[in-house]
Amino acid sequence: MATDQKKPIHKNDNQSVHRKKSWWNSSRKETLTFYLLISPWILGFLFFIGGPMIASLYFSFTNWDLFTSPKWVGFDNYVYAFTKDPLFKQSIKVTLIYSLFSVPIGMVASLLIALLLHQGVRGMRVFRTIFYLPAVVSGVSVMVLWMWIFNPEIGLFNTILGYIGIQGPKWIYDPDWALPSLIIMSLWSVGGGMVIWLAGLNSIPNYLYEVAKIDGANAWHRFRYVTIPMLTPTIFFNLVMGIIGALQSFGEAYVMTGGGPLNSTLFFNFYLFQKAFEHFQMGYASALAWVLFVIVLFFTLLVVKSSKLWVYYEGERR
Amino acid sequence: MAVNCLYTINIRIHCYVNSIFWMLSTALKESWQVFEYPVRWIPDPIRWDNFITTFTSLPFGKWALNTAFITLLTIIGTLFSCTIVAYGFARFKARGKDVLFMLMLATMMLPGAVTMIPVFYLFLKLEWVNTYLPLIVPSFFGNAFFIFLLRQFFLTLPIELEEAARIDGLNTIGILYRIILPLTVPALITVAIFQFNGAWNDFMGPLIYLNKPELYTLSLGINFFKNVNETQWNFLMAASVVTMLPSLILFFLGQKYFVESITLSGIKG
Repeated sequence: MATDQKKPIHKNDNQSVHRKKSWWNSSRKETLTFYLLISPWILGFLFFIGGPMIASLYFSFTNWDLFTSPKWVGFDNYVYAFTKDPLFKQSIKVTLIYSLFSVPIGMVASLLIALLLHQGVRGMRVFRTIFYLPAVVSGVSVMVLWMWIFNPEIGLFNTILGYIGIQGPKWIYDPDWALPSLIIMSLWSVGGGMVIWLAGLNSIPNYLYEVAKIDGANAWHRFRYVTIPMLTPTIFFNLVMGIIGALQSFGEAYVMTGGGPLNSTLFFNFYLFQKAFEHFQMGYASALAWVLFVIVLFFTLLVVKSSKLWVYYEGERR
Repeated sequence: MAVNCLYTINIRIHCYVNSIFWMLSTALKESWQVFEYPVRWIPDPIRWDNFITTFTSLPFGKWALNTAFITLLTIIGTLFSCTIVAYGFARFKARGKDVLFMLMLATMMLPGAVTMIPVFYLFLKLEWVNTYLPLIVPSFFGNAFFIFLLRQFFLTLPIELEEAARIDGLNTIGILYRIILPLTVPALITVAIFQFNGAWNDFMGPLIYLNKPELYTLSLGINFFKNVNETQWNFLMAASVVTMLPSLILFFLGQKYFVESITLSGIKG
């Protein structure tokens, strides 16, 4: 036995199969090992998640400009947001509209593409790559690309519309069109969910389709009564992730529109950022962050709680 | 004092930035072709030198190096921390494990905005603002999504290998390093690629912590460039395309790995 460990292991520990807790000693050792292994995450949680959460909850009840010490103001920040702050209402409205449209539209689009690819069309790999590419490329460079697409004079959209003889809108420079423009743009990243759709589609057993065929189901029936029910866990996952992501949109507003024109694209997260890092109203921004957290939690729980009604897991009914 | 320092830095930056804006906008006004009508789909002559101009008129090379540096270190940090934590969650029994695992998954739902301000304050007090530490250090403490992905992957590996190795006298770190890691390469590549894209395209982090142009990352640089003069579409697009390239190349190289590991991780219920 060549062991270069500091603590010699008792021989009988080695013989006991690892999964059995035969020795109190070995189970304690296992606990210790577990906590040592996950210690990076525990420390990270304390420093970057748990601790800051408590701190920001405290700050949300204060007036604080980051430089002087926080002044306790009770619920004033929250009261002000809900009763006096017009931009708060506007930013909630913008964010909810954006999420309400971009998440379902994006999901339907990516599911349709996934179904298409799943049919096993020739050149499937090439297609998958093409559709997945946009999801991989993200960030400021993509936003710049879209700013060019939306440019009223020289942009791609209005140039094409011009060929047909239509005077296109001003897109992100028009208060009525700016938010719809960003919703259209959100379709850029539908590829991201697509891989997950494909994984879900792949896991549907073929015999279900064969049985359905024997029973005389046409393609629509097969899709409606086999594919959709079997995909509900995937729909659930994509829906939760999509909602959480959409409610926190920030970059598009910051880079492309600056929240304008006329606050028509004032995303909640962008408004919060302005309050924190441009006006140094850290207390108010913390309160806004907790409002955002409650909104995210509300929608997530809504989906999770309702999932009992519409999500079908294999093995539930045996 | 950090406070005064921040203010003076800000004022100084504003002067600096404004003068750069002015210099750039005068230096770059030569793009009359952009506004031609009808639009030329194929520019004539093709101005390949746009790329060169872009990279010489602004410290794009420097910004690219900065971004590469941050990205590389966060990849190292992510792989190191997430592998260890995921192995702990996958293979060891301990009291409190399930609660901690649920807690970890729950943190994926937490909006970044909630922790952003106190964490910023923490780094401000540590005098880490205008260094890369706030962007790099957190990656050494694990990331919930990657830990989940790797744990799912570890669960698919047969436990007999580890048992045999343990009987042969390998300790936990040895098993992880010699047995598990070689088998986990596809999942690790997936995590590395995801992390690359995340760090390479990160905007909010650098935006909050870096406000000296020489420290900028590419996303900040392009945004800065955009604000200088929005009509410089040819340069702007050139810079954007170059910024996208690494992600594209990595995607082509790593495609088969991450389709495979996402399928394996069984996100399906």
